[in-house]
Amino acid sequence: MDSIAERLADKQKEISVGEFFERNKHILGFDSLTKALVTAVKEGVDNSLDSCEEAGILPDIKVVIREVDDEEYRVSVEDNGPGIPKRKIPDVFGKLLYGSRFHEIRQSRGQQGIGVSAVVMYGQLTTGKPTLVRSKVKEKDYAQEMKITLDTKKNEPDVLSKEVVLWEDKEHGTLFETTIRGLLRSGKHSVFEYLKNTAIVNPHARITYVRNGDTTVFKRATDQLPGKTKAVKPHIEGIELGTFAKMAKNSDRRKLVSFLVNDFSRISYNTARDICEEAGIEEEMKPRDLDVESCKKLLKATKNVKIMAPKTDCLSPIKSMLIKKGLKNVLKGYRPEFYAPPITRDPEVASGNPFQVEVGLVYGGDLPSDGPVRVLRFANRVPLMYKKGGCATTTAIQQIDWRIYGLDQKGGSGMPRGPVIILIHVASTRVPFTSEAKEAIADIPVIVDEIERGLRECARELRTHLNKKEKRKKVSKKFMIVKDILPMIAEKSASIVGKETPSLDKVMTNIMGVVYIDKKMEWNNGAAEGIIEIMNYTSKEREMSLFIEKPYPETELLDSSREPEHDGDYIEWKLEKLKPSKTSKIKFKFSNLDKEDIDGTDVFIDGVNETHLIGAEPLPDDWGVELADIHEED
Amino acid sequence: MKERHKNALRELEDIAEDIYDQLIEGNIPNMRIPTRTKNNIEFDDHQGVWKYGKSKSTRSAKKLKGARMILRTLYMLEFIRDMIGEDKSSTLREMYYISESWEKGKFNRQSESNRLAEDMEIVTDCLREDFKLRPEEDGARVIGDITVEEKNRKGEIRNINCRDDVGDSGYTIPYNVEEDKIKFTDTNVDFLIAIETGGMFDRLVENGFDEQANCLLVHLKGQPARSTRRMIKRLNEEEGIPVVVFTDGDPWSFRIFSSVAYGAIKSAHLSEYLATPGAEYIGITASDIMNYDLPTDKLTKTDRKALRQELEDPRFDTQFWRDEIETMLEIDKKAEQQALAKYGLDYVTDVYLPEKLEEAGLM
Repeated sequence: MDSIAERLADKQKEISVGEFFERNKHILGFDSLTKALVTAVKEGVDNSLDSCEEAGILPDIKVVIREVDDEEYRVSVEDNGPGIPKRKIPDVFGKLLYGSRFHEIRQSRGQQGIGVSAVVMYGQLTTGKPTLVRSKVKEKDYAQEMKITLDTKKNEPDVLSKEVVLWEDKEHGTLFETTIRGLLRSGKHSVFEYLKNTAIVNPHARITYVRNGDTTVFKRATDQLPGKTKAVKPHIEGIELGTFAKMAKNSDRRKLVSFLVNDFSRISYNTARDICEEAGIEEEMKPRDLDVESCKKLLKATKNVKIMAPKTDCLSPIKSMLIKKGLKNVLKGYRPEFYAPPITRDPEVASGNPFQVEVGLVYGGDLPSDGPVRVLRFANRVPLMYKKGGCATTTAIQQIDWRIYGLDQKGGSGMPRGPVIILIHVASTRVPFTSEAKEAIADIPVIVDEIERGLRECARELRTHLNKKEKRKKVSKKFMIVKDILPMIAEKSASIVGKETPSLDKVMTNIMGVVYIDKKMEWNNGAAEGIIEIMNYTSKEREMSLFIEKPYPETELLDSSREPEHDGDYIEWKLEKLKPSKTSKIKFKFSNLDKEDIDGTDVFIDGVNETHLIGAEPLPDDWGVELADIHEED
Repeated sequence: MKERHKNALRELEDIAEDIYDQLIEGNIPNMRIPTRTKNNIEFDDHQGVWKYGKSKSTRSAKKLKGARMILRTLYMLEFIRDMIGEDKSSTLREMYYISESWEKGKFNRQSESNRLAEDMEIVTDCLREDFKLRPEEDGARVIGDITVEEKNRKGEIRNINCRDDVGDSGYTIPYNVEEDKIKFTDTNVDFLIAIETGGMFDRLVENGFDEQANCLLVHLKGQPARSTRRMIKRLNEEEGIPVVVFTDGDPWSFRIFSSVAYGAIKSAHLSEYLATPGAEYIGITASDIMNYDLPTDKLTKTDRKALRQELEDPRFDTQFWRDEIETMLEIDKKAEQQALAKYGLDYVTDVYLPEKLEEAGLM
């Protein structure tokens, strides 16, 4: 006779993955009609970006959305990626949880979604229509085109039709087109916002968005592809019991020690033996014979054995320069007055997974100044659009007293207010999300701390900027006194007392008390022309040296109204005996300079105390130290 | 040119001379004037009024604001010099509009130009009338048995009895109430009541209180104009008429009283001309609100702030005012003088004022 347990077990029916997700659409990101469209686009775009990068191709992605019926949209995503071989197409689009990246440990976008097959399933469930896929690999002259649905019971693809087509003007790439129920909205949670934010952190991508016939193009801001990410073995510190047990079960290693040494990162032979000893488990036993209890003991033992932290070179941060380019590229319409140099923190480790935080901050211009600051959140270069409140990024922002950095903030906590956009990017081999929906980063203290440090670095730059601005404002007020008001006071008082208008040189220098440097650069016939004016509004005769750094090594000084003292990586001019209230001018011309970089050159001055200097920086102590030996590591 | 204008001109030119000399020496021009805040008013024992103390503020061209003020001063000075030369005069408001053409020296608000005109009075020790400037507001009304001799526009002398020769709205105080314009030829009143609101003034007129109590009714029209205060001062000083002030019961009314009796902070340089030291307060007090059980309003935030400021104001540093202000803050209520109508239209003239005046020893 069957045992009761066996009889009960017979009654339990297997629920397929497909059926499970069909009942739990929210896990896939289809919990509202508006979100459904964003998710559909996101799955497609994430895949496209990942595959382009893996193949070393600069992504060119086109997203088209057209309303075909009430609450029904046709969505297509087309890329110039390497394409998908014919035999793999059905699985990629018609099978849930299928994918090259799913079992790997590396920084990728793909880990954040369930995959494009979920979009296929959602489309078929809500409109009954199949998804059209077209893909072409470089080696072939033609493209494959298929219509696919998903058998939710078996979690297997159903290919409804297969065709070979010509894809003109396309060397390689993939296009999928699906029809889904949804709602196209604008605003914070829109497809537009998602693509815009994607463009910011993926400045190497060109993204075209066609919405009911209206086209927006996010142009490529750099030709530099992100560094390739490396797949790494898991670090034992962050592994879950179930995963560990599964790895042991599937391992071909004959001994437990070699399993620990070879299937995990950063465990040496000696360390492995220490772990076994600490756990009280025979190091020679076969890993596949480990029971759950033993697995538990082993994992517990790792806590008491010193294990090297995981390697962090598997991450690919965006890096300061490209974050700035990305922000500038997308936000230039706001004409922000200040971009804090973006911060890329050193990698750190959270529960066995390396992670790296990057922060950028943009201030002023036409950004709205009356509301809370805007936050752009990213995990592995993918915008996080929902659940802002429960995100580590928000926690980090709110625990800073922004008032000391010059922003408004009620009571010194909560969201600061002002014309600011903050960008936060967390890259990791495994981003710890708060839930399966993968919309917010969990409040893990070491991650929150890193974000906070990055924010503070940017915030300090903001404060410096605001202080400088304040100083300039004061000086411009003084200029107004000296240039507009004082001459009138002199004229009026002279006319009332009936005497000659007095000379104002001395009074002017008394009021200003600074050496004022004004640098203007203009673009003229492919060369940058600059004028530096030096005005001595102090009561002393001044001698000084002016320095400017060449923006690029190939930049050349074409012309200079004053013979430079030095012309190399930097240019130095010497100025002798500038009398009080006198002005001197230097005109020069640069070649080989990008138009957009002409404002980037700062003027440095040696010989004038910082407190008497406006419009230029004092010469840094390390000026002229050769930096040739320091290279950025890829 | 009259002597007073000649003198004013000399004083004004001294200011310009001073600025010019500073420029010639290469110094940043500045002007020093008495600080015009409540922290810099002192009681003048001799005259019994509050005047500016010794503390001075510097207006320096080192700061944009100061530079602008100096330029404005010079423009205003030139404007006054031209008016005196051409024997013209202008209202303060006209001068404000004329400043539109003063470029960097133009004013943003009339209160700024009014204030600078006061500054000039202080620095030169002249009156704005010496500068040919006059206020645009018309004077307040007066009813009661006094006779004034006023020189009209044509230079003719008219005798006007302020009870019999006028309508219900009374005699209007002109902006110039100095000897050369107005003389008091006959005064048959026992005292003078200065009344804050027009409503109450009309009530007392309708009830015939001027005859009933043999007094002169003067309408203050809120914060009283200089000419109203000067008129009250002259009647008190020259004719020996006691003065009482009848106002609402709130912090702003207390300030109205203090500007009549002690001198206003804004015009403390003129206190000896404008303030009537013996004036007594018979307006609504916090005690009245309780004793007469008057209808009230709750104090607003600004009311409470004003009351607390008054507690730090040296002019209110007496037992009576401290008690009344603190009580008002405590009960958190204020009342209008017309709230007395709760007991009927005649209550104010039949009960309230007789009681108050008896306390003051005037009835």
